[in-house]
Amino acid sequence: MQYRDDIKKKLVSGRARTFLNKSAIYAFLIIGGVTMVIPFIWMLSTSLKPYSSVFIFNVGDIQWFPSPVYWKNYIDVWRVVPFARFYANSIFIVICVTLGQVVTSAGAAYAFSRLKFPGRDKIFFAYLATMMIPGSVTMIPVFALMRAFGWIDTYKALIIPAIFSAYGTFLLRQFFMTIPRDLEDAAKIDGCSLWGIFWRVIMPLSHTAIATLTIFVSLGNWVSFMWPLLVTNSIEKRTLPVGLAYFQELYQYAQPDWGLLMAGSLITMVPIIIIFLFNQRFFVEGIKLTGMKG
Amino acid sequence: MARIRGSEKEAVAGYLFLLPNLLGFMVFTLVPVALSLVLSFVDWDMLSAPKFVGLQNFINLLGFHTEAGAITANDPLFWKCVGNTLFLMIIIPIEIMASLGLALVMNNKVRFINIFRAIFFLPTITNGVAICLLWAWLYNSEFGLFNTLFLKVGDMLAIPISRVEWLTSTAWAKPSLMFMGLWIMLGGYNMILFMAALQGVPRELYEAAEIDGAGPWHKFWNVTWPMISPTTFFVFVMAVIGGFQGGFMQAYIMTGGGPDRSTTTLEYLIYNHLYSWQHVGYAASIAWFVFIVIFMVTVFNWRFGGKLVQYSHY
Repeated sequence: MQYRDDIKKKLVSGRARTFLNKSAIYAFLIIGGVTMVIPFIWMLSTSLKPYSSVFIFNVGDIQWFPSPVYWKNYIDVWRVVPFARFYANSIFIVICVTLGQVVTSAGAAYAFSRLKFPGRDKIFFAYLATMMIPGSVTMIPVFALMRAFGWIDTYKALIIPAIFSAYGTFLLRQFFMTIPRDLEDAAKIDGCSLWGIFWRVIMPLSHTAIATLTIFVSLGNWVSFMWPLLVTNSIEKRTLPVGLAYFQELYQYAQPDWGLLMAGSLITMVPIIIIFLFNQRFFVEGIKLTGMKG
Repeated sequence: MARIRGSEKEAVAGYLFLLPNLLGFMVFTLVPVALSLVLSFVDWDMLSAPKFVGLQNFINLLGFHTEAGAITANDPLFWKCVGNTLFLMIIIPIEIMASLGLALVMNNKVRFINIFRAIFFLPTITNGVAICLLWAWLYNSEFGLFNTLFLKVGDMLAIPISRVEWLTSTAWAKPSLMFMGLWIMLGGYNMILFMAALQGVPRELYEAAEIDGAGPWHKFWNVTWPMISPTTFFVFVMAVIGGFQGGFMQAYIMTGGGPDRSTTTLEYLIYNHLYSWQHVGYAASIAWFVFIVIFMVTVFNWRFGGKLVQYSHY
């Protein structure tokens, strides 16, 4: 009986302890989460205030909920700078780069993982070796090349150099290596050509890896800043990040209209947040995949 | 005979599949690597003809001379940027520990984990320019949220607090950028890698430790820490590689590299030499310096840090 009571006590105290632990965990996460979000809330709040009242807390009042809500920033921002143009540029470039990179990387990855040809392993080693070279080493001569080609301030400069990636090739190659060979042997016996194996066997089986690469390439390109900054001069060719920076430069000698700037910044964030919320699994899996094998 | 034909066909197909990517790889990666090495021995402003100067760029970059009896660097700005870059990297261990801490908390079968993870991941998927603008606004010395809050608190407690020049004083500019970096990195890629690593630690090990009477602290140091050390090591090596190449956007958007060049990192210096001052060859020599440093540090990390890593047999 004594023994039973002991166990009972232990169970109860154990349950109480887990409850306490759980509460502490949630308290921590909620406090941490709120701290993380406060800057974004302030961004949203600022974007809903007119120019004059953004500075109202100068008097000592922080207004988290602007009243009245000033929506006009979200209309004006498209007029002050050609924001729609920046948006269209960014979308167009992201689609071209992502499509190009996934297609060329998949082809190369198939060659590296499945086909035998002289020099294959040497070439693959060259790909690997370049992956740890800092971007600025290659950026300088490619910038000079763009000038030599006359590509400065064209979509070509924004798209073509970004398409070819040793990283994407490596990622897909690692994934293709895990696909069992029996499947393609079966396809071969059925008279499938090498192209058929690539297109009907390897590609459909790799849709997670393809989705992961697609997400990473498009996200990376969507936020890309230094390269588009280097190779564009005219406003019409700017992408969203460069456009935002240009927007800020308009206020070089005065206190910027922070409401407008925050509205513009928020607009650039919305599509990515939506994409992330619906594809969180791919982000997480992709990070694990690249992190574990890289 | 048929076999040979088959393998020849396969070789041709292999080259064909590889060709588009390989062409791009050669034109935009392999050749440029060689070209940038050539450029680092050249004086060129992209307008007149390039002039071969031998090691002069590297002498200007790394050399010293005596000036009025004192030893002075040929390019003090470069060394200042080296210092700035290293200083900004001090935050790396703190970032990694914070991410690990968050991963430990998140790993407790939390409900709504998708929501929490999304919140902490938000800065990672937001475009950097928007983040930099947001923080420039928060740090704004006249109207920014931080100073307004501090002044308010000071008022309430009747302590005289003056405005902090977050981004406009040499004392605060670097710590401000580091704090922002911590906020960005906390729930990002590293945290997700740590969560994956934590889930990979076999439960039996914890059970065995519990039977031996180990408390949470012991369990962490004797089971978790060694078991996730490959991930910690990987994350650290990558953060160091990234750190040497960091700081461009912050400098460009938030501080202009100032005040008094205190936030100019090597990456921003390269951009300045390349684009603002048209010192193409000199920019290339700095880029190669960064490359060599990264290479040496990474080799060093693998050599000596690798010993601290425990690779399990599970």
